[in-house]
Amino acid sequence: MHGLPEFHLLHPATVAEAVAMGQEEPGARFVAGGTDLLVNMRRLIAAPPTLIDLTDVAEMREITVEDGTLVVGAAATLAELAADPRVRRTWPVLATAAGTVAGPTHRQVATVGGNLCLDTRCIYYNQSEWWRWANDYCLKERGEVCHVAPGAPRCWAAFSGDLAPAALVMGAEAVVAGPDGARTMPLDDLYGDDGATPFRLGAGELLTAIRVPDPGGLRGDYAKSRVRGAIDFPLAGVAVALRRDGDHLADLRVALTATNVRPDLVTGTETLLHGPLDDDRLSALERLVGKQIQPMRSTVTSSQYRRRVAAALLRRLVAGLFAAE
Amino acid sequence: MTSVLRLTVNGRPRADAVADNVLLVDYLRDVAGLTGTKQGCDGGECGACTVLVDDSPRLACITLAVRCAGRRVETVEGLTKGGRLSRLQRAFHEKLGSQCGFCTPGMIMASEALLRRDPDPDDDAIRDALGGNICRCTGYVKIIESVRAAARMEEPA
Ligand SMILES: Cc1cc2nc3c(=O)[nH]c(=O)nc-3n(C[C@H](O)[C@H](O)[C@H](O)COP(=O)(O)OP(=O)(O)OC[C@H]3O[C@@H](n4cnc5c(N)ncnc54)[C@H](O)[C@@H]3O)c2cc1C
Ligand code: SF4
Ligand code: FES
Ligand code: FES
Repeated sequence: MHGLPEFHLLHPATVAEAVAMGQEEPGARFVAGGTDLLVNMRRLIAAPPTLIDLTDVAEMREITVEDGTLVVGAAATLAELAADPRVRRTWPVLATAAGTVAGPTHRQVATVGGNLCLDTRCIYYNQSEWWRWANDYCLKERGEVCHVAPGAPRCWAAFSGDLAPAALVMGAEAVVAGPDGARTMPLDDLYGDDGATPFRLGAGELLTAIRVPDPGGLRGDYAKSRVRGAIDFPLAGVAVALRRDGDHLADLRVALTATNVRPDLVTGTETLLHGPLDDDRLSALERLVGKQIQPMRSTVTSSQYRRRVAAALLRRLVAGLFAAE
Repeated sequence: MTSVLRLTVNGRPRADAVADNVLLVDYLRDVAGLTGTKQGCDGGECGACTVLVDDSPRLACITLAVRCAGRRVETVEGLTKGGRLSRLQRAFHEKLGSQCGFCTPGMIMASEALLRRDPDPDDDAIRDALGGNICRCTGYVKIIESVRAAARMEEPA
């Protein structure tokens, strides 16, 4: 048997135990569904000496609604999130996005936390050990240069989780636990700007839940483009949430995935409010998104394709949500 | 670390010394000797390794064996009772849902999970449930027909 590098698996039952294990074991990684980390370990992209299994931490598995706020434990599965009747009724965009992740068998074990903390992806990185060795590895892992943009000493691997943009447009917060206790911050603050170190989590810190406020009149939707409709990661994913006041756009939020190093909450959409949704406004929105989207040659399709498909999904989602009332 | 893994495989209790890093697919094939479960890719992409854990489908190539402690694991071998093929096995055979056969154990186990939770699935439900199972040969139409046919058949007594 030669499946995985050797490691020691720990089974905390509480968040406090998980945090303590993270502090005691140098180089330890958290694992939840394992549908990303174990794939990377099979390819020797990662070989942590210790894995801390979060799936038996009961307090991280619950989905609850507290005073109108949805609280989703980081170890809840995507299948559970997508099927939850409260989520489907009040925060349907989260169920939609969760339901598009990977295939149905993955979603039985894939978790919300694993999806929000999904390692960034690149065609030069998500490859076998032999393939990466033959290419001298790359900056993100063991190597010296970035094959996507060799000029600059940084990594452009794209964050490609589906749930993050949906959670961002609904104003989600991240609840993080670590050696210094728990803290709550805007979900956007979980993400950094370097594909090689994409998360702003301190040593031993883990995501324990997300909190999503009552949507009020905000309605959201998510769509993604991918190679095979049944299973693949997004080439570009777009989440939109908006509120309509009569014929006017009263609130508009857009977030992207798989196009940038981080899931990108587009800034400046408030300049497009308080008017009807005509073609001028849609074009202005497209220009705004066009300035912030940053697809690099890190997927099997070209950057230009991902720009165009993101713009098309954006128009379709905004028009659909505006009309649906 | 190695520990004693206790679980049931195809209804039979087992106890084996298993290291933390052993994948369920390798445990089933190399320790339990059940080679019906296939490895078709280098991790998580093809569905050939699909087995059932407590009635729910799992990709055995990215599941740690020790995570199945105390659980019921079922493989394609477990569907055959007293030498008689299950209805899904028979339907895949009769409706040509299997050609080279490499994807078939995974297809059948993913279909078995579907029929246990939804005894009368429509074509969309079948397509959804098999979305992560890749077949090089059949073009899928015969696979969907096989599952539909199995749903109308009785399990052999
Ligand atoms: C064929 C295939 C297709 C896929 N398609 C998609 C897709 O379309 N869209 C998509 O988004 N994903 C896709 N994935 C990736 C993956 O299945 C999902 O992103 C899944 O949600 C990851 O969750 P997990 O629990 O399995 O994560 P794990 O693999 O357990 O962990 C992933 C990462 O998150 C970290 N982590 C896990 N939980 C926490 C936590 N609570 N706090 C801090 N860090 C944590 C781990 O250390 C690890 O680095 C695909 C995978 C495969 C194999
Ligand atoms: S963007 Fe560059 S450094 Fe990052 S994974 Fe791809 S090739 Fe490696
Ligand atoms: S062998 Fe498990 S998904 Fe391909
Ligand atoms: S029958 Fe050959 S891969 Fe499906």
